[in-house]
Amino acid sequence: MSDVVVARSLDDALGALADHPDATVLAGGTDLMVEINRGLRRPSQVVAVAQVPELRQWSVADNRVIVGGGVTYTEMMTTALAEAAPALAQAARTVGSPPIRNAGTLGGNLGTASPAGDTLPVLAALNAQIVLAGPDGERRMGLDDFVVGVKQTCLQPGELIVRAEMDRPRGRQEFLKIGPRNAMVISMAGLALVVDRDARAVRCALGAVAAGIPRATEAEAWVAERIHWDNGAGVDDAVADEFGQRVAAASSPIDDHRSTAAYRRHAVAVLATRALKRAFAEGSSGDA
Amino acid sequence: MPDPYTLRVNGTDCEVADADLTESLLFVLRERLGLTGTKNACTEGECSSCAVLVDGVLTCSCLVLAAAAPGQEITTVEGLGDGRDGLSVVQEAFVDEGAVQCGFCTPGLIVAVHDLLEADPDPSDGDVREALSGNLCRCTGYGRILAAVHSAAATKRSQL
Repeated sequence: MSDVVVARSLDDALGALADHPDATVLAGGTDLMVEINRGLRRPSQVVAVAQVPELRQWSVADNRVIVGGGVTYTEMMTTALAEAAPALAQAARTVGSPPIRNAGTLGGNLGTASPAGDTLPVLAALNAQIVLAGPDGERRMGLDDFVVGVKQTCLQPGELIVRAEMDRPRGRQEFLKIGPRNAMVISMAGLALVVDRDARAVRCALGAVAAGIPRATEAEAWVAERIHWDNGAGVDDAVADEFGQRVAAASSPIDDHRSTAAYRRHAVAVLATRALKRAFAEGSSGDA
Repeated sequence: MPDPYTLRVNGTDCEVADADLTESLLFVLRERLGLTGTKNACTEGECSSCAVLVDGVLTCSCLVLAAAAPGQEITTVEGLGDGRDGLSVVQEAFVDEGAVQCGFCTPGLIVAVHDLLEADPDPSDGDVREALSGNLCRCTGYGRILAAVHSAAATKRSQL
């Protein structure tokens, strides 16, 4: 095998990884190339997957959205995916700049598994299943089981992130994040909130405030009991504020170069309150 | 070390030999192919001074692994000129509006503005700011850059 395989099919990519399980997988390059340019990584073999057609596919069904690992942020924002998974589009729009969004992919965001990966809270709130392919076929798991630590996943040598399969519930979706400016920022705190009117549920997941991507399950259950699901009423200021506090209790932030734990905990409460109010603004009934 | 490979740059096949596997497209363009219009600053996708088009898509060349780019059509700022003195409409507008001070960010901006005006011949101020949100300029304050984009857009529309 040459040092670089530019895979043209999924079989190509999996074959190259089977031959060289320790090869480095290159998708959009927006994370890996930064590390290479800084001299932090020096791969001896690369499998480039940006031109694998199977990974570029996505599909939208009545109650399901499937997004290939090679789908770019730009595609999440500009195709029919934006309507089917609005929070995913909102998250994609906050990533980097146009050239970064043209290159960066869902699979790359998953593979990097940073707590600040902006699509990850959306995937968690949409109950996504992550599908991996490897020498023994496919396996699938929730985001909880896929991300096992800060920038650590359960990917085994020879495996590739193929796609994410997520719910398409009837109801509003919000993605919000905090950073020092409105473009080109890595999240100091992020939050996805999804309303599922049929299940009478609110799902809320957090970014950049824990080692993983926690779901605020206690807050979700608490608020679901306060919403009048027949008309969307019940979210007043007091409920929204308390929801924020309960969501913040699901975070376990740290102080680092980007922010402080105290600010992150505060910010994620504000985001949760804001997202809930938007989702249940008068007249919207939590509807899409 | 990868086998020698061929990059298609501005319509020309360019052989790259003896390159290290880890070299970015930005590095290869500048250091191996002598195309120094594409600027090297942050090498992490923050500044877009290295912007090029890859198969027509606006891309930070610092984030492209050169050895994985054979077969793709790469256009650098050197490949964009066509009009007065070999300048494109966008380049002329940057000159005429005084949108250039130190000039370091200019090639990346030129490429990004070409990309914007291909997609949207009449962008609003907000559209322009959004499209150029990744292009950092530390001299101009952006005012004259915005003016140059609108001027280039008007010129291009008048040529339709």
